[in-house]
Amino acid sequence: MLKRQFPLNHVVGFLLSIVLTILAALVAMQTDFASNIKMWIIGTLAVFQALVQLIMFMHITEGKSGQINIINIVYSVFLAVVIVAGSIWILTTGHAAH
Amino acid sequence: MASHTSTPLEYSTKQNEMNILGFWIFLGAEIVLFSTLFASYAVLEGSTVGGPAQGEIFVLKDVLIETFLLLTSSFTMGLALHQMRDNNKTAMLVWTVITLLLGAGFVYFEINEFIHYVHEGLTMQTNAFGSAFFTLLGTHGLHVSLGIGWVLMLIIQILRRGITAVTARKFFIVSLYWHFLDVVWIFIFTFVYLKGLM
Repeated sequence: MLKRQFPLNHVVGFLLSIVLTILAALVAMQTDFASNIKMWIIGTLAVFQALVQLIMFMHITEGKSGQINIINIVYSVFLAVVIVAGSIWILTTGHAAH
Repeated sequence: MASHTSTPLEYSTKQNEMNILGFWIFLGAEIVLFSTLFASYAVLEGSTVGGPAQGEIFVLKDVLIETFLLLTSSFTMGLALHQMRDNNKTAMLVWTVITLLLGAGFVYFEINEFIHYVHEGLTMQTNAFGSAFFTLLGTHGLHVSLGIGWVLMLIIQILRRGITAVTARKFFIVSLYWHFLDVVWIFIFTFVYLKGLM
């Protein structure tokens, strides 16, 4: 069995995750942006970190079913966004009018 | 480099390929399951009547400790898989045990955190925030706890049978599960804790 390379992918993924986590905490706790702007920033950082996990740790693109995996996960994420954004939209807007 | 280009052991049979694909589809369903819990939390987080609000009970330091424990365990699980593909059973098991210890540390801190919240006057029955919070966090914590048991059983199997096409596939699937729980935690960290502390 030939020795594989140093697991560079995983080390880079781990360091990126740490940096993104600390960055999100700093933006949330130490900056003076309006809170909805902060939410957009840390939300984007969370999505990036999830992508790091999916690509660098979970090898989503690997294997013969790599493309099917991506379609499946993208569709699930679409459903998740519809469920979360839809619930917030329907249940928290327009309360003042009633 | 040779083993980089050849098919990894866990993909070596048709059955293994199907099992791994099937597990990805299960993870898709898990994403939807957690999305319903996140949706409930997002809608109900403001209903804090009769109990403390997020900012009064969340402690950033404790949350960061939990985050780094789980993050590091995801990394060591990746290293264990890397060693499995090198066919290095001892190193693989060492990283797996480290992963389990980090996972157990996470569960320990989370239970302590829940006890702290109950002492501060927030239980599942207190208000809608409490119900949504403990359901979301509890479902994630239960997943991690089940994952620990699952990995433990696989360790026994790998000790007995070694790295075969079957055990390699099972370990690959459990590693997907473990990384997935870290992905869910990233969103809990951001949309529950950081949002609540802001």
